Amino acid sequence: MTQADFVSLVMPFKDKVFRLAKRLLVSREEAEDATQEILLKLWNNKQKISDYKNVEAFSMTMTKNFCLDRLKSKQAQNLKIVHSNYQDKGHSSLQKQVEARDSVDWVSSIIETLPEQQKIIVQLRDIEQYDFAEISKMLDMNETAIRVALSRARKTIREQLTKTHGYGIK
Amino acid sequence: MVLNSIEKLLEKYDNAETTLQEEAQLRAYFSSDDVASHLESYKPLFVYFTNTQQEAFTKDVPLNTKKKINFYQWISVAAAAVLMFGIMIPQMWSSPTYSQEEIELYNKTKNALAFMSSNFNEGASSINVLEMASDNFNAGVYKANFVKEFGKTTNKLLK
Repeated sequence: MTQADFVSLVMPFKDKVFRLAKRLLVSREEAEDATQEILLKLWNNKQKISDYKNVEAFSMTMTKNFCLDRLKSKQAQNLKIVHSNYQDKGHSSLQKQVEARDSVDWVSSIIETLPEQQKIIVQLRDIEQYDFAEISKMLDMNETAIRVALSRARKTIREQLTKTHGYGIK
Repeated sequence: MVLNSIEKLLEKYDNAETTLQEEAQLRAYFSSDDVASHLESYKPLFVYFTNTQQEAFTKDVPLNTKKKINFYQWISVAAAAVLMFGIMIPQMWSSPTYSQEEIELYNKTKNALAFMSSNFNEGASSINVLEMASDNFNAGVYKANFVKEFGKTTNKLLK
């Protein structure tokens, strides 16, 4: 397999890998590193790639495992200055005002508070629009469990959103 | 009518029972401008989903890492060759060139050594003369023994 073959194979889903990594790791730099790592792993195993039935699903599973490992590992326990945990005191009130107005950003911070599994499922279903059969393959879960988790996640998001939306009106 | 079906879809959506087509329908509805006011709170959710789909991975992935390692290996080989030639070539070129002074010194030393060796040989030949003298001396001693023997017999006769 040449480099060009590999790039055309990976091209359709590399953004999906990146977005899933970013959903889990939050920071853009971390997600970029993770995506790079995943793609390099695929490249190094390029001889075996034709054996996989579904490279995309396989890569998504790999990404999920890699990111969860990364979150667990000590390296990730060192607090890094990323936008999620860094607050500039002087500007925080202004930033918060802007954020409150921009409800779209609220969705992302609400999803951030969800448990990891629900995060992954919301990402795969609502953003990447995989069907349940594919998700169940990727996560090695049965479809009913996925539906239950997804429903829970969607309800939590909805609840939080209506609360935020109604804030200041009621 | 439309609103009614959207509300139904939303309920199904919350229970995770919608199909992908129905979710696409919801996304389309909420990305339009006329959203019913009581459903306004859903709007950011679907707008966010649509926006996030656009996010792309832009970083380059260095797939040719293996080639780079090869390249460095060849550089090390080249460096070793250059070092070897750097040591060998000056040695090959410098050997036949001696300065005038050095040649003179060499000849002087050679002469001095030759002179010393001839003297040494002379000494060695005079030692040969000594050896001859010692031979003669031994012969004389041998003859003197005859005289001694002759003396013994004369003494016997005189008794």
